[in-house]
Amino acid sequence: MIKNISNLGDAALYCDFGKDVNKDINTQVIKYFKTIQKKNISGVNNITPSYNKLIISFDLKKINFNKLKKIIDNIEIIKGDSIQNKKFEIPVCCEKEFSLDIKRLEKKLKMKEEKIYESFFEKEFFCYMTGFIAGMPFLGDLDENLRAKRLDTPRVKVPKGSIGLTEQFANIYTFESPGGWNIIGNTPLNIFDSTKEKEPNLINPGDLVTFKRISKEKYQNYHE
Amino acid sequence: MNKNYFEIIRAGINSTFQDLGRNNLYHIGIPFSGAMDNRNYLLANKLTGNNHNDPVIEFAYQGPHLKYHGDKINIAITGDVSFKIKKGDNLIDGECYQSFILENDDELDILSTNKSVYGYLAISGTFDLKFQWSSCSTNTKAKIGSNNGEKLSVNQKINVKEINNNFVHRKLNYVNTKIENIRVIKGTNFNYFSEDGKKIFFKDEFKVSKLSDRMGMRLEGKKIENIIDTNIRSEGLVKGVIQVPADGSPIIMLSDHGTIGGYPKIGVVVSADFDRLIQLTPGSRVKFQEVDLNSAETLFKLYDLETQNLISQI
Repeated sequence: MIKNISNLGDAALYCDFGKDVNKDINTQVIKYFKTIQKKNISGVNNITPSYNKLIISFDLKKINFNKLKKIIDNIEIIKGDSIQNKKFEIPVCCEKEFSLDIKRLEKKLKMKEEKIYESFFEKEFFCYMTGFIAGMPFLGDLDENLRAKRLDTPRVKVPKGSIGLTEQFANIYTFESPGGWNIIGNTPLNIFDSTKEKEPNLINPGDLVTFKRISKEKYQNYHE
Repeated sequence: MNKNYFEIIRAGINSTFQDLGRNNLYHIGIPFSGAMDNRNYLLANKLTGNNHNDPVIEFAYQGPHLKYHGDKINIAITGDVSFKIKKGDNLIDGECYQSFILENDDELDILSTNKSVYGYLAISGTFDLKFQWSSCSTNTKAKIGSNNGEKLSVNQKINVKEINNNFVHRKLNYVNTKIENIRVIKGTNFNYFSEDGKKIFFKDEFKVSKLSDRMGMRLEGKKIENIIDTNIRSEGLVKGVIQVPADGSPIIMLSDHGTIGGYPKIGVVVSADFDRLIQLTPGSRVKFQEVDLNSAETLFKLYDLETQNLISQI
């Protein structure tokens, strides 16, 4: 349930589902997202679900904070509607040229490189949300010992396909973009296809993801 | 074969097709995009007798140099822009906010934006473009939008699909004003920052960094100290959000911004100030000024009324 609604600037609602991050709360967020999306409220531009927040941005010419808050306060959530799980295995190459922050992580986590990779590749991840850049999946949860903060100053350019870690999550940079996650490898797989108007994302909230380590040779020949 | 087209002699620094942007895609990570300066975008379309949401060419700093081939067409440029029109041996100094007629073999050379970043070129008609998610708006980082998501380049043509045969000369007396104080509403993580940090944010000057683009504007100044956590759980962003990463320097989210972010939000720029904010050139000095939600809504009403008023004068 939404615990509190406040304003994010003059043209967005900030719906807070509380401090905790887990699959149950995330599922609640997604249910609200789907309900509000189906309601087609005039003036609403975008609805952005995340782990435990839902941000609704609107056109200030058509509606304002107080009017929209009243609608959201009184909304009834659609029951049922379970989220479907698809499964994916993502190939990752961890050669030096791709694992930009592995040395930094060794220090931050006080762990050897091989241990970091071992723990990472053993895990099955749950997709909490997609975004930041087109199609980027936010995957959880990393083991406690792999949790590190973002870089102090985000990179201006993170290469396409980079696999990043931050806190309890892993992500995949679907194209070159600025970003502050700790980069440990790179996938040759295309995660976002902008030529598809419907379903351009490979991975969607609720999907399950594992990573598989591949050699540089395999990486280079991936598209042949 | 299109019989009416522009040949690109020089593409300019960052020339892209833009319109009002695309909605309802933040949840898959696709930003709004659209023209950075909404008012100047709308005025360009009105000056050429177009629909208010037709595609235009947005350029930054230096615009394109184009040679036109085809039937007579009207063009207009908005912003604060120096440009020339070459008709045979005749070189005409262009003026913003009025329409000019281009004929076969005429050249349009958009030299530079003056103490501003973005300018707009509209034609009396429609460009021949492929839309993506019902918008032409080009996001070059995500490779989304018309022109295969790329900025204009020198070896291509810009085809004109239709000319609206509206050759009335249109003119508007308008001068863009500079922004001095950027008005902001406190952000959802305002209390993450030390008392000194909050004072620095609202009292000190910041300098616009060179590392600014359609995604965001980075600012340099005294470090804004965080006393709680330099990271938050990643959550949705909107245009105007000011994030402060661990280095203590603010970043303002602009039209092509990431849809989700994990740095604390110290404030959000009010909607009324977006158009003037994005025209700040690197090196400009700015201050932030706090306003509440009610004032922000009133400021937006005034901004919107002024825009509508300008449009109705054309």
